[in-house]
Amino acid sequence: MTALRPGGQRHYPYRHLLGIEGLSPDEIHFLLDRSETYVEQNRRADKKGSSLRGRTIINLFFENSTRTRTSFELAGKRLGGDVINMSVSTSSIKKGETLIDTAMTLNAMHPDVLVVRHSESGAVKLLSEKVNCAVINGGDGSHEHPTQALLDALTIRRRRGRLDGLTVAICGDIAHSRVARSNIHLLNTMGTRVRVVAPTTLLPNSIDRFGVEVFTDMRRGLEGCDIIMMLRLQTERMKGSFVPSIREYFRFFGLDREKLAAAKPDALIMHPGPMNRGTEIDSEVADDIDRSLIQEQVEMGVAVRMACLEILAENLPDRSLRNAP
Amino acid sequence: MSFASPGAPTPARRVAYLNARLLDPASGMDMAGQVLTEGGRIVDVGANLFPPDLFRDNAPDNAEAIDCKGMCLAPGLVDMRVQLREPGEEHMENMASASQAAAAGGVTTMVALPNTQPVIDDVSLVEFVARRAREIGVTRIRTYAAATKGLHGKELTELGLMAETGAAGFTDGTKAIASAVVMRRALSYARMFGKIIVQHPEEPALAGEGAMNEGEIASRLGLAGIPPAAEIMMVERDLRLVELTGGRYHAAHVSTGEAIDAIRKAKRQGLAVTCDTAPHYFALNETAVGDYRTFAKVSPPLRDEMDRRAVVEGLADGTIDAIASDHAPHDQEEKRLPFAQAAFGIIGLETLLPLSLELVHNGHLKLLQALGALSHRPAAILGFEGGRLARGAPADFVIFDPDKPDRIEEARFRSKSKNSPFDGRPVQGAVLRTVMDGRTVFEAGAERAKRGGRGD
Repeated sequence: MTALRPGGQRHYPYRHLLGIEGLSPDEIHFLLDRSETYVEQNRRADKKGSSLRGRTIINLFFENSTRTRTSFELAGKRLGGDVINMSVSTSSIKKGETLIDTAMTLNAMHPDVLVVRHSESGAVKLLSEKVNCAVINGGDGSHEHPTQALLDALTIRRRRGRLDGLTVAICGDIAHSRVARSNIHLLNTMGTRVRVVAPTTLLPNSIDRFGVEVFTDMRRGLEGCDIIMMLRLQTERMKGSFVPSIREYFRFFGLDREKLAAAKPDALIMHPGPMNRGTEIDSEVADDIDRSLIQEQVEMGVAVRMACLEILAENLPDRSLRNAP
Repeated sequence: MSFASPGAPTPARRVAYLNARLLDPASGMDMAGQVLTEGGRIVDVGANLFPPDLFRDNAPDNAEAIDCKGMCLAPGLVDMRVQLREPGEEHMENMASASQAAAAGGVTTMVALPNTQPVIDDVSLVEFVARRAREIGVTRIRTYAAATKGLHGKELTELGLMAETGAAGFTDGTKAIASAVVMRRALSYARMFGKIIVQHPEEPALAGEGAMNEGEIASRLGLAGIPPAAEIMMVERDLRLVELTGGRYHAAHVSTGEAIDAIRKAKRQGLAVTCDTAPHYFALNETAVGDYRTFAKVSPPLRDEMDRRAVVEGLADGTIDAIASDHAPHDQEEKRLPFAQAAFGIIGLETLLPLSLELVHNGHLKLLQALGALSHRPAAILGFEGGRLARGAPADFVIFDPDKPDRIEEARFRSKSKNSPFDGRPVQGAVLRTVMDGRTVFEAGAERAKRGGRGD
């Protein structure tokens, strides 16, 4: 597979963006390079572009989300597209319509891009097979969340100037995290050293086969790290099922000053949000403007989503595209 | 002119134990020799620690001398399964009375189950046990913490915080961790802290309302039975989960040949699996229930003769790592009941050593083997530093006569409860002195005729 056009230019040769797994370094760089161009535009007073003029984008969220949905909505609107939000509360899913029926119905309205989030792994891919438009995975179950990994990578690349050769520790609920999986794929592809740090009960089986180093001791896992990515731990998972209690989780796996000291002195902290302060991260650390990239991640999110929407829209008439990597 | 600074520590007390038969299962040592302790530590062990003329008058320099008269001196017993009933049921037993019973039985470390009231499932209760043990100061008392909140078998307790506070391991006590997924997570999670999960291996639904071993005798007595399969299937299931998680697993009081076979096989596979049994599983079989004797009602139930022999075999070949008393005090109200309604369990701290020595006198175990199962091996399983006679080790030991003819007498029990099926049983072997932390905490005959002068 090549991401170079005959003229030697990088490009993204797929109709959908369903996941990071299988993308090449050139394809990822292409997406990041395009995203980079929108960072400046988003900081100007006049943020409006026109590359999506006439395009219809539907945010189809089967799972509650404010941040990701807003980010996609802003991204589409800033490029002049028409954005419609459909969330589970307003959809007909509650009336018993199947996922595929919903897809067919929406498809009949000729949208150009569907951004889909669903609580079941694989649901977005299933839906993508039934529509003629482009589909962006806005997060499917515990599988992938590609735009999150891209915005994380953009944030790191802008701060550190590169991705290769860095050491990134992803900490927390690896087992249930789509953010962790997409980031592991992306960072591994880009030559970053990836570690995962979690209690044994939150590590998926065979995680060592993902090309990561596995730690259950957070201090050891953070030793010499450039970047620390914290994951959100859902409250229902810390009442004795996977983790005994919040205070025990924070004691052993919460990021505080003391554990942070094990990482490189200039190590940076990331979190996909929304944070559970006092569970996985101490406020003192989360709000440290010298170390925390959390606000910057949100900013990069809009730029990355503008790039993704635009690239997929550009690809749309092209019938030679492959469905997925 | 010299000034002693106020509060300067007094030099630690030195005690020389002379003329002993030193038995150290950890190193295999069995020889005549001496032990020198200083404060709570052994500072030397060996055959010729002192020049022969040093003790001419049996009073070595700045050391008290105790003549062991050729008797056995071995590491203090480490009883890895006792119920202390404190907090909550002190009318049956408390830490002080159990400590006296332990000392009389040669036990210098006991590990309590968390099935007290309240259940030991919280850091503050683990600390409570440690504090009470320090206050009493007769034996070392460690505690397991509950693996699940309230022993309900559903939600994990704060294993990490309690491990840091000193919990010896995790268990739901006399209840099995029945849910496979809870057991999986407990094994997986405890592994991070290097702690064992101790299982009461009995499938609860299959054991049901059973009161004794399922079989002909139970059927004739008209009592509901607990089939050996209840133990076997739980051990087999758990071994699969150990394989899955890489956790450390300990099966308590195994009583059936097939469960022991399963553990034997797992050990050959290299799994981190250990187990113990209690004296009643090799000293008695189901016939002890006789005419509805509730003192023979234990959990798991006394099995048939084939299983009893398999337990002996498991101890002989080392498959069974440890012998624990499974000390379970119950007052008369709980035992003077129709068999099915009576409580499970018997006391055992004071009969642990003589009953274990039966296996030596019968030729099934070597003396060092039996002592290893009573001290060194349980200490190693739990990561305790005791259980050995070596320089630097804690000065915890038992001096005993392995051959002295004796009879177990309920009247001599120091435990607050007297529920033992062994009352009147002739045995061979008696504890003469128990030393814990360098201090004599028990001396045979001392309370009847205090001669003073030796020991504390």
